[in-house]
Amino acid sequence: MAVTHGTPGAEDPVVRLEGIGKSFFGVPVLRGVDLSLHAGEVHALVGENGAGKSTLLKVLAGVHRPDSGRIVVRDEEISFASPRDAQAAGIAIIHQEFTLLEHRTVAENVLLGREPVRRGQVDRRALEAETRRLLDWLGEDGIEPGTEVARLSVARKQVVEIVKALSADARVLAMDEPTAALADNEVELLYGLVRRLRDRGIAILYVSHRMREVFDLSSRITVLKDGAFVTCAPTADLDTDQVVRHMVGRPLEALYPERASRPGAVRIALRGAGNERVRNLTFEVRAGEIVGLAGLQGSGRSAIARAIWGIEPFTTGTVELDGVPTRVTGPRTAVRKGIGYVTEDRKGEGLALRQSVRDNTLLVRRAACRGAAARQAADLTRLLGEVGVVARGPHQEVRYLSGGNQQKVVLGKWLAVRPRVLIVDEPTRGVDVGAKQALYRLLRELADDGMAILMISSELPELIGMSDRILVMHEGALAGELPAGADEETVMALATGHGTAA
Amino acid sequence: MRARLRLGDGTGPVLVVLLILLVALTFVGPAYVEPAGYLALLKRAAPLVVLAVGQYFVVVSGGFDLSVGSLVTAEVVVAARLVDGDDANTWWVIALLLGCGVLVGLVNGLITTKLLVPSFIVTLGMLLVLDGAVFLWSGGAPRGALSPSFRVLGRGSADVPVIGQVPWSVIVLLVVLVAAVWFMHRGTGRMLLAVGDNDNVVRLAGGRVDRLRLLAFVLSALLASVAAILLAGFAGVSAQVGEGMEFRAITAVVLGGVLLGGGRGSVVAAAAGALSLEALFSLLNLLGVSGALESAVQGVIIIVAVAYAAHGAGLRRMLRRPVPDTA
Repeated sequence: MAVTHGTPGAEDPVVRLEGIGKSFFGVPVLRGVDLSLHAGEVHALVGENGAGKSTLLKVLAGVHRPDSGRIVVRDEEISFASPRDAQAAGIAIIHQEFTLLEHRTVAENVLLGREPVRRGQVDRRALEAETRRLLDWLGEDGIEPGTEVARLSVARKQVVEIVKALSADARVLAMDEPTAALADNEVELLYGLVRRLRDRGIAILYVSHRMREVFDLSSRITVLKDGAFVTCAPTADLDTDQVVRHMVGRPLEALYPERASRPGAVRIALRGAGNERVRNLTFEVRAGEIVGLAGLQGSGRSAIARAIWGIEPFTTGTVELDGVPTRVTGPRTAVRKGIGYVTEDRKGEGLALRQSVRDNTLLVRRAACRGAAARQAADLTRLLGEVGVVARGPHQEVRYLSGGNQQKVVLGKWLAVRPRVLIVDEPTRGVDVGAKQALYRLLRELADDGMAILMISSELPELIGMSDRILVMHEGALAGELPAGADEETVMALATGHGTAA
Repeated sequence: MRARLRLGDGTGPVLVVLLILLVALTFVGPAYVEPAGYLALLKRAAPLVVLAVGQYFVVVSGGFDLSVGSLVTAEVVVAARLVDGDDANTWWVIALLLGCGVLVGLVNGLITTKLLVPSFIVTLGMLLVLDGAVFLWSGGAPRGALSPSFRVLGRGSADVPVIGQVPWSVIVLLVVLVAAVWFMHRGTGRMLLAVGDNDNVVRLAGGRVDRLRLLAFVLSALLASVAAILLAGFAGVSAQVGEGMEFRAITAVVLGGVLLGGGRGSVVAAAAGALSLEALFSLLNLLGVSGALESAVQGVIIIVAVAYAAHGAGLRRMLRRPVPDTA
């Protein structure tokens, strides 16, 4: 099975896509895209949201049939009628959402539908042995074939997903934003896994927004823009700026806006606040300030936001808003007291996806305000202009918007009630470079207008680029505070509990 | 600009269906050559349309209300007994019926939102409870009678300048519809849709999800009471008057393209769905199709409509582009 195939170094591509074109309802999404994948290489595919990466992935996976162009697998032209054909040709896609059955074991998932059978029954021993063989081959010894998938961490689930693909004889593995769901310390583990897969002769197509990963892992980079092929070059011949310029099609001026010069009065202050997730927090955020909140996943970053907002309130200490001690008992009081919260989970908590841009933008105002304030909708146009949403009109459903525009709608929803304090959790997750820049500008403008912003992010460059001060969390407590422009090493040292504040 | 008339989601197909049925009626039924025929159809359809509007509020916020049919029956039986043929009793009994409707809606809504029992189960339970109560109280044969003034709403007509005689039930129907459209355009109506789409988002926006859901159940039961008053006048008193009405109302809403599970659909479309259903039954009746087939037809409609809603885009694409060529 998987172990026997793969001869790295073979110069013929395993898969070649030539001149792939695809339109939906007359709108071209892919225009003559070329892509070739060699055994034993990590090939990065980058482009802004809407550049056609996911459509290309779906063509490769047999989900969409291209309108034009050829798919050549090992020198043989193939047409995929369904994802099953693509699998049979050895192509597997690892999506951001996993396809695992949570309440079955690792082995049952890996060989789902292909279980070894003995005397009419599933041969559990062979099932687990085969799974263990695959795990060993990958050098993943931390996962037991008999463990229930629900008990595994996200990173390990991802490994299981990959092993599952390999067990079906995959020679080409396309990974769609594989680190999006991972904590920072898990990313290194994924790097190791990707490299081992590469060394074992698997061709890897690595789709990511994160430049650092692309440069750490890949040997070649293909850039798409607006559905068209821009360039394909060895990673060694490119640098981040060049790639970003190819993606955006224009040079990016400084990605991060200028910092605020002088912060105003204290808007929100925590004094010894804590609950079962975080403890003894004392800090303040001033008007006009963007304060970054760094830390590893699970360090309590989001727990602070949820506590301030009354979802899981603080049980000790006090919170002061504009100098007045305040108790926030739930989202409704939080909104009414002028605290906004852009949550990490945009689709699950931020937007009603089937509703219009207009209805989503007015959601908070309608939900939490009474009377005249709730009814006043005349400034909707101004509001949408302010956040810069690009949509077909205020009546378009938000699910058809790109990630960046969706996030702008979420921000617009909060701006409609003009909060004094805004907490943003991973504001640019799943957002392309151009929209990121727009969001950064917008946040800075809001701060300049006197809002106090607490920004949580696991993307350190963004956090460092945006923040006027950085608070670092470690295991539920503040590990220290760093000034603007601190370097990543210092932040990580504090976040992992190895450093002291400057 | 802002006032430009926009068709809500799914309003298009149901209006086409309705138009086809109405045209078909003119070919089959001589009565439908004149406006009076359609007015009679509207009058007949009024209770179902009112029920469908009520059901719409619940469905669009993510629930079901199966109790409305039994509520109609219960209210008609209670009304007959309390009015007892005396015009003096008409108005306080009507008020009482509306009050009982609100009460039933409150119970449905509170159990759904506070005890977290799925609305399907709560209202199914309410259906059985009301059915049992009616049977216990009436012994299967309702006693008493409605007063003439009570029956005016269901069967009488009002003199409207210019147009002439318009049935009261049609006027009630229009008032309910206009009020519902107005409500759905306001903030609270939009929030109701958002709750059906993603209640978490509404909660985190500071909205009171439970109250909104409760409101939907109260509106549904209140409108069921209105339907009961119309139906009592129109069809008279029996212990079967509301039987199956809940499923008809749900069929109507689904036919109107309203998404089961909530979050999408327009109230006009739901009303048009109810009218289509009634027109279809009239058509079948005129064609001499057995009444027994009505429920079968309804069953097919509900399945086809939901399948269409779920796979609509895909189906349309498949129809447009025939079998894909195989390489």
